Amino acid sequence: MSAATAIADAAYIVAALLFIMSLAGLSKHQTSRRGVVYGIIGMTIALVATVIVVLTGAWGSSSLPLGLTFLVVAIVIGAIIGLWRARTVEMTGMPQLIALFHSFVGAAAVLVGWNGAIDTRGIPADLLGVHHGEVFIGVFIGGVTLTGSVVAFLKLSARISSRPLMLPGKNALNIGALVVFVALTVWYIAAPQLWLLIVVTALALALGWHLVASIGGGDMPVVISMLNSYSGWAAAAAGFLLNNDLLIVTGALVGSSGAYLSYIMCKAMNRSFLSVIAGGFGIEAPSKTDAGGGEHREIDAAGAAAMLEGASSVIITPGYGMAVAQAQYPVAELARRLREQGVEVRFGIHPVAGRLPGHMNVLLAEARVPYDIVLEMDEINDDFASTSVVLVIGANDTVNPAAAEDPGSPIAGMPVLRVWEAENVIVFKRSMAAGYAGVDNPLFYRDNTQMLFGDAKERVEDILKVLSSQSEPAQRQAR
Amino acid sequence: MESTASERSGNPLRMGIVREPDGETRVAATPDTAAKLAGLGYTVVVERGAGAAASFPDDAYEGADAAIVDTAEAWSCDVVLRINPPTSDEIARLKDGATIVGMLSPSLRPELLQSLAVRDLTAIAMDAVPRISRAQSMDVLSSMSNIAGYRAVVEAAHEFGRFFTGQVTAAGKVPPAKVLVAGAGVAGLAAIGAASSLGAVVRATDPRPEVADQVHSIGGEYLPVDVALEQSTDGYAKATSEAYDRRAAEIYSEQAAEVDVIIATALIPGRPAPRLITATDVASMRPGSVIVDMAAAQGGNVEGSVPGKRVVTEGGVIILGYTDLAGRLPTQASQLYGTNLLNLIKLLTPGKDGRLVIDFDDVVQRAVTVVRDGSITWPPPPVAVAAAPSTTMPKPEKEAPEPKRRMSPRALTGLVALGIAALFAVCAFAPPPLPQHFLVLVLAVVVGFYVIGHVAHALHTPLMSVTNAISGIIIVGAMVQIMAPSPVVQVIAAVAVLVASINVFGGFAVTRRMLAMFTKAEDR
Repeated sequence: MSAATAIADAAYIVAALLFIMSLAGLSKHQTSRRGVVYGIIGMTIALVATVIVVLTGAWGSSSLPLGLTFLVVAIVIGAIIGLWRARTVEMTGMPQLIALFHSFVGAAAVLVGWNGAIDTRGIPADLLGVHHGEVFIGVFIGGVTLTGSVVAFLKLSARISSRPLMLPGKNALNIGALVVFVALTVWYIAAPQLWLLIVVTALALALGWHLVASIGGGDMPVVISMLNSYSGWAAAAAGFLLNNDLLIVTGALVGSSGAYLSYIMCKAMNRSFLSVIAGGFGIEAPSKTDAGGGEHREIDAAGAAAMLEGASSVIITPGYGMAVAQAQYPVAELARRLREQGVEVRFGIHPVAGRLPGHMNVLLAEARVPYDIVLEMDEINDDFASTSVVLVIGANDTVNPAAAEDPGSPIAGMPVLRVWEAENVIVFKRSMAAGYAGVDNPLFYRDNTQMLFGDAKERVEDILKVLSSQSEPAQRQAR
Repeated sequence: MESTASERSGNPLRMGIVREPDGETRVAATPDTAAKLAGLGYTVVVERGAGAAASFPDDAYEGADAAIVDTAEAWSCDVVLRINPPTSDEIARLKDGATIVGMLSPSLRPELLQSLAVRDLTAIAMDAVPRISRAQSMDVLSSMSNIAGYRAVVEAAHEFGRFFTGQVTAAGKVPPAKVLVAGAGVAGLAAIGAASSLGAVVRATDPRPEVADQVHSIGGEYLPVDVALEQSTDGYAKATSEAYDRRAAEIYSEQAAEVDVIIATALIPGRPAPRLITATDVASMRPGSVIVDMAAAQGGNVEGSVPGKRVVTEGGVIILGYTDLAGRLPTQASQLYGTNLLNLIKLLTPGKDGRLVIDFDDVVQRAVTVVRDGSITWPPPPVAVAAAPSTTMPKPEKEAPEPKRRMSPRALTGLVALGIAALFAVCAFAPPPLPQHFLVLVLAVVVGFYVIGHVAHALHTPLMSVTNAISGIIIVGAMVQIMAPSPVVQVIAAVAVLVASINVFGGFAVTRRMLAMFTKAEDR
């Protein structure tokens, strides 16, 4: 073992520890920024150590000049692209970006796996079989992550329909793909041939595509954190392949924390965790459609403004519609204005609101809403009964009383924000269309519910106009 | 839909707001609601002086496009709006085919319905609005109880010789008043809210344990009748009821000796009010204590209360039996009653064309119509009430719904054992580097689970983007391969390094950007 390898091993242990501290720091607001710094330091240490090992290992060899050029160019280009995307992304486009990033990890895992298959130098003959198996597992997980993330990206950026793909016998297809994968792996260990590697790559890509394509848009938060988990496992598999403990530790950390995050999401949506991992837990067709009874009542911006001014407490429950309409800034302004007038304003966030876990929090933070008035469902659900006005902005399924009250509803049992217990509910909505889950929402027909139709951003701005036109004369009088 | 008497006339109907009998301070419509009634297409007229007692002068109505007319003209309208039930003289003034709306108490006054039904009249009882959420906006019993509960506290405070709130002053310490509210219905809750906002220590009793949360939410303390253990000894409803009553009586006796003010609001529909506070309890109260018996008109919750009167016991306890508590806030009460009435008329005027249409298929309209075109339609068929719209569904249980499928503990244990056995087998038979790798893997998996176990929900997205950046560590693998002798491997590795480094740099940068936006109110 050379000195460089020894230093690298020590550096890898330090890096792994820093990554653990990074994840731990990220679970609290107070320590979150420090957590990111730990992560960056850990990554820097790992990269520097790797560069040293690689350079000392290849010193004097013929492949050094080309390799070094590739290394520098690739990192510089990658860094430029990455930083540019990170700087320019709209906060509403965050889910897509993260899905795309996951696919990069998957792609890298596939490429590393292929390289491992082509380049078998320095591997003892008795371990060659294990090595081939590791190649296959790495390529397979990487491939599933790659196409799964690409499909998630396409769905989230609305480039393809977010409706679940319903192939006949989709469970059989998934299980069949796994069985074929195991068979191919055994074959490859016995007789390594390039075409087997190509077939398994294609199989993994197809399986990843199918897994995510058969999940509806409403379940995207779970899918994203699941893909996050897969990308971790892909890195861990590469670690086995390359005999690198840092990759294994980091990959397993990301893999298990991503899985745990998906588990939290699943609980929030009352879904079975196993069926999520298996994929294709897409929404069944709505079992009944007769809930669409009753009439809804409309309110205009002036009426809503009057109601808000008279309110003592207001809860705003945003959903994906707020992100689509880019309404977070006017909403934050409305919250600020009402708070200045002494109205207690809070935000109630459903765990799966939006298309990414914590999506709404990010948007509200972008609009500078203080995070201590942004509460999660469990914290705020009991307070709706004592609230004067609830503004439902672009949320639908997460505030659907049918989930709590109608056992026949497709979303029955899913915990929801009990907005209907409030004195008044104003629902901002573009039309009376059903939400992502395709379920009619009896909330709209409640007596204490009024609908404010139109683009959420424009309507909130209208309310702000009414509020400011009223407050000016009042101020003049006060002088 | 059948046509009603009032619908037959083609023109918009005349709607008359008439004076209430002496002693009543409220009025059935305020200038505000009168204008809105006119907005539904009706021609609204107001009897001279109808709103005077509620501080709504005649010219205020005229300003709201309602003509001021004399008594006879107001009573001869097509629709007559009222609070109190009409006397037989007043019924005689109604024209044929007219509709009268008011608080008619149909279950208590069958004779009133009889006298209305002898002519071709339609009568709508505001106090017969069913208690479903759709009809809440028309529920006068709720809105009047709300006012009465508030006023009961104000009356008590007026009689009570001390502060409600506790204070520490230079002249000594003042303890807060203790208030017991019996019955946490609408009136009780209003009383709890009013008393606690005056600063008193408020306790409340109610046989329905589910109101405890509501009591807490407006600042009261709920006193449960804890007889749950006794119930199981003999499962008979009557016996438990006896045990319950005995324990409840004990609570009232204990509280009476301790509190300064009692507001009694307990009513049972269609039955005399329950007797909660006995003469002994009253005698045990300190001199100067105040009891407001809001149920005095229905027989009284308190022994010794007299409907409509203020009584002082020998022990110096003041018992108020006022029955006009809502009317003591006439302006507010009229406004709320008027709004309830307006909402009902809106329901009955689907065309907004000044024509009253009663649809007997609608539960609310069926329930409030007690006389229709000269025949008594009270009580409404119970079936109709039972088949109320789905909005009346009981609130769901608080417990989290069970997941659809849950693995049995035994199956779970088996699965875990199987997993451990598989891991053991792999590690035992795998060649040298693998077992160490598995050890690292397993430990890292466990650490990963625990380290984010309590992640704040708001941080899910930053956490995910940081783990995403960290999983870009696969770049290390690609970097190791980039020095391979084969150019093909080098190119592939370079591509892998490129995509992975997008991840590393982009992931960390975007996380930093997100976290920079999270602010706390004080931080600004």
